[in-house]
Amino acid sequence: MTEDLLQVRVRNQWWDVWDQFKTHRGAVWGGGFLLFITLFVLLGPYIWQLDATKLDIRNKDLRPFYTALSGTANWTWAHPLGTDNLGRDTLAKLIEGGQVSLSVGWVAMALALVLGTLIGVLAGYFRRLDNLLMRFTDLVLSLPLLPLLLVMMLLFRDQLRAAFGPETGIFILIVVVIGITSWMQTARIVRGDVLALKEREFVLAARSIGTPAYRMIIRHLLPNVMSPIMVSATLGLANAIITESALSFLGLGFPSDYPTWGKLLFDSVDRMADYPERVIWPGLAISLTVLSVNYIGDGLRDALDPRIRGL
Amino acid sequence: MTMKTALLGAIATLAAAPMAFADGHIGERGRDGQLSIIYWQAPSILNPYLSGGTKDIEAASMIIEPLGRYDQDGNLVPYLASEIPTVENGGVAADLTSITWHLQPGLVWSDGTPVTSADVVFTANYCMAPDGGCAQLSKFDGVASVEALDDLTVKVTFDAPKPNPYGPFMGGQSPIIQAAQFAECMGAKAPECTDANFGPIGTGPFRVTEFRTNDVIQMEANPNYRDPNKPAFATVTFKGGGDATAAGRAVMETGEFDYAWNMQLAPDVIASMAAAGLGTPVSAFGTLVERIEVNLTDPSPNLPEGERSTIAHPHPALSELAVRTALSMAIDRSLLVEVGYGQAGRPTCNLVPGPAIYASDNTGCLQQDLEGAKALLEGAGWVDSNGDGVREKNGVELRLLYQTSTNAVRQDFQALIKDWWEQIGVGVELRNIDASVFFGGDPGSPDTFQKFYADVEMYANNFDGTDPQAYLAAYRCGGEPKPDSQWQGENINRFCDPAYDALIDELGQTADLNERGRIARLMNDMLTKDSMTIIPLVDRGRVSAHANSLGGVVLNTWDSELWNVADWYRIGE
Repeated sequence: MTEDLLQVRVRNQWWDVWDQFKTHRGAVWGGGFLLFITLFVLLGPYIWQLDATKLDIRNKDLRPFYTALSGTANWTWAHPLGTDNLGRDTLAKLIEGGQVSLSVGWVAMALALVLGTLIGVLAGYFRRLDNLLMRFTDLVLSLPLLPLLLVMMLLFRDQLRAAFGPETGIFILIVVVIGITSWMQTARIVRGDVLALKEREFVLAARSIGTPAYRMIIRHLLPNVMSPIMVSATLGLANAIITESALSFLGLGFPSDYPTWGKLLFDSVDRMADYPERVIWPGLAISLTVLSVNYIGDGLRDALDPRIRGL
Repeated sequence: MTMKTALLGAIATLAAAPMAFADGHIGERGRDGQLSIIYWQAPSILNPYLSGGTKDIEAASMIIEPLGRYDQDGNLVPYLASEIPTVENGGVAADLTSITWHLQPGLVWSDGTPVTSADVVFTANYCMAPDGGCAQLSKFDGVASVEALDDLTVKVTFDAPKPNPYGPFMGGQSPIIQAAQFAECMGAKAPECTDANFGPIGTGPFRVTEFRTNDVIQMEANPNYRDPNKPAFATVTFKGGGDATAAGRAVMETGEFDYAWNMQLAPDVIASMAAAGLGTPVSAFGTLVERIEVNLTDPSPNLPEGERSTIAHPHPALSELAVRTALSMAIDRSLLVEVGYGQAGRPTCNLVPGPAIYASDNTGCLQQDLEGAKALLEGAGWVDSNGDGVREKNGVELRLLYQTSTNAVRQDFQALIKDWWEQIGVGVELRNIDASVFFGGDPGSPDTFQKFYADVEMYANNFDGTDPQAYLAAYRCGGEPKPDSQWQGENINRFCDPAYDALIDELGQTADLNERGRIARLMNDMLTKDSMTIIPLVDRGRVSAHANSLGGVVLNTWDSELWNVADWYRIGE
């Protein structure tokens, strides 16, 4: 009996979160898919060793394996998902494109999160900074994203290219641009929560014993705003992947031979009617990743909310 | 009534219908309502003198007109002139030093004021004004003076005998603008006259009602057009932007637009669009050559702004002939044609692929030779000493930035050519730029083809009319885009060869057609096979598409595609 009690007491609160998370079926499926797609793009190149940019003009316009059912299709197991009009392997392009799209998503999301949390906490906690930071947030929020991206591309592309090489340079540029244009919602949400928390008894108590500001933020405020931060993180990831796709789709962003999911879509639109698989696969990858991330966010929000967990 | 008679009746109605269509295009002005044209490169200005972009020139050709145009066979047709001056009719002086144009009497601008020879003189002065950066200056090459003899007569005097005196005021690139409207816009002030540049007053079948830069132009029939029965359309929406695919779809699959320009799409894509049955692709071969332009100057971003891609700094690698030749040898042009153009293209080694008399027999580049290219680079001292797959010499890595406009076929070409160049040890970075920006000619943008902040770039260009003199004259020393000329200029490669300049001058003094052919071929060879300053890839036929209900379209490769837009009509229901 005592043992049981002890076990209950040492049980980590994250187990409760996980238990609650498990009850959200969409979130579990989403998490599973995200894990799958991440492993797919990370381990894919070791299993499927074709180079995504290798041209093989003799094997152009191959169809995916399942079209063999119709009997007339031109396909081979060497390229199970077919090839494009220059003979590049679709599966290899999906893997390599996914690496870029997902890493853009994760890094941009992390950047936006750090910025948003920092600004939100500062604005919420320090009354003097509040007005300044929130007006700045409004300002950034009112900037139209795409034109801003275009201008930044124009201004910084050459310098970054010279400093880091074409691909890394553009990667940094895109990630930074997406990051610094998508932190505002996080900042607003965090500020609102911090403002409310600041008046709670435990914060007043902590203040009354002279807790310094940085410890107050780290120990008392941040853990309590984790839930909205996590949720906006998942939304931010989805948003970053979509923005990168939009940029690639517009023919901006990465060089034309550098596959990303958005670019694969862009390149395939011309022949969409004849070779639907070329849009379906990257389109599916983008949609499912974004959808699964959204479900995870939904599940996390429920799981991280103590009231819903029933404690 | 039996089924048989009913069917016969139906067939008879169908058979009679086309005749009714044919008659339908005569009538009063504006009878056919709305015409919708889509150009996937959006016009950014309606003044051809300030833009080298085909989209701008062609959009402007609906509004402002030259004295004469070229028809679909390359013949000269009078437009504002009462006839084409020739030596036989006395319009061209026997010593070939002057040409005298007579305007049609009674011409008025769309604002109702009369067109006089003063407007023609003004047009010449406008383009020839110093520091104006006129994009069509080569049309006025060798013009000593342009004077009005009376209200309707203009005499153009050349500083030397001019065997082809049809440079100024002929073709869509050299239309007449109204003196009253542009009087304050001479020289360096030209780009500042926004109202005039965006809404020129013209003599053409249409006039501008609204111009939105890089987006859409609204036009209406010019009430003062010289033929009271034309144009058949009352209003025109000229939509710009998007891409060739969307434009093709809009005409051939959904029928939203009546005419789409320059369907630069893979042949199978065009065929599948045409199968939808709402529109028809039309094609014709002209002088359009898809080529790679080699930058002979250094575009390095490490140079201060204003010195990048100027003749002050020769290119560290591409100024070497062996490198340029190797780049050309590595390319399999037949495969490019197969991938990109099908029936609408053919491999070429020439900058001037036609007319026949001007086309060089230069075919040496048609055979791909990767081994030869490697050997050539080896021999010139370019070796891969550090094992990174890219050759270097004297510390200079042979890495190229290869830019072009955003377009599916061009990106395919980029991928293929990059593959070949990497096989011979040349590092390639690709970049594609939105076509409206790339061809926009905005001196403030670093991404225009004139600024050429890249090592090589690919696009297509052609010449109006049948005479390549002006086209070849573009490569004169000093004609390059540079900061002093607001980055306007046609010598994109920054090519400079005194021997070539001498040939330009010689061509300008030769009247005999065969002799002209010989010189032009020589010049073509100097730019292509001898120096590889220009690496021609594909001689492109032009493919455009029009709705099946749009009549009167005659695709013209020798002038603006919209040259006869006044004659277009709606085929009746």
